[in-house]
Amino acid sequence: MGTAAGVEARLPIGSDLDLMWVRQHVRQAAATLGFGLVDQTKLVTAASELARNTLVYGGGGTMESEHLVDGSSHGLRLTFSDEGPGIADIEQALSDGFTSGEGLGMGLGGARRLVHEFAIESAPGAGTTVRVTSWTGRPPKPREEF
Amino acid sequence: MNEGFAGHPSAGRVPVLRLGRVLLVTIQGDLHDSTAQQLQEDLSQSVVDSGATGVVIDISGVEIVDSFLGRVLAEIAAQSSLLAARTVVVGMRPAVAITLVELGLTLPGLDTALSTEAALELLDAPVPSARPGAPRQERP
Repeated sequence: MGTAAGVEARLPIGSDLDLMWVRQHVRQAAATLGFGLVDQTKLVTAASELARNTLVYGGGGTMESEHLVDGSSHGLRLTFSDEGPGIADIEQALSDGFTSGEGLGMGLGGARRLVHEFAIESAPGAGTTVRVTSWTGRPPKPREEF
Repeated sequence: MNEGFAGHPSAGRVPVLRLGRVLLVTIQGDLHDSTAQQLQEDLSQSVVDSGATGVVIDISGVEIVDSFLGRVLAEIAAQSSLLAARTVVVGMRPAVAITLVELGLTLPGLDTALSTEAALELLDAPVPSARPGAPRQERP
């Protein structure tokens, strides 16, 4: 779905200063693509959660940002990659309240609720890649059962 | 009318202003993680030093609150409460509130107000008779 216009930016995630660059980049990219204020806020918040995971649990990594087009809708795809210890139980990591660090345990599961598409690849010792995409002009995805 | 800085504003620090028995903090823009943690430390010290009974944190200039900043705000409220001061978070943007709920972070321990004025009223009048709907007191 959608045609990629190629990788537009690759940002390092190695310090909490880099988290600010990530947030600023995502904010500007989303605004340029025509995302509304609430959708921008959701996407920047999701990016902040995922970038912090990359930094804290993955030991640092990168975020790649791509611009997608699907008909009249524009998409922003963000890919967070690290070569850290990886995640053994992805389902558990996605559940609210799960944390292996000092967070609130809302990072992964919370970020998933804030975007349209969410994919994660990880295995112990093989690092973690999280890819999220949101689109302009689309309603939020249906709520999960609580 | 502020009575002076209770904190020591410098690069990477959020100033803590004192207004009578209330400490007033205004967070502007994107906050560095370490600046947020520094604010948390500064505030607990300021509460003790000043004997403040209230802390007002204005986040109207904050574009996003993620789980990290949310946790810092909740912890500031919790530690202030242990030090006999009540915390009110002021001016949250609607988009931030929508995002926090979807993120699953409703921060139940945090008192909020829509404006600094409303927060100061809340801190001055914690008595039940100040609630809307309560019988009005005769004024001289």
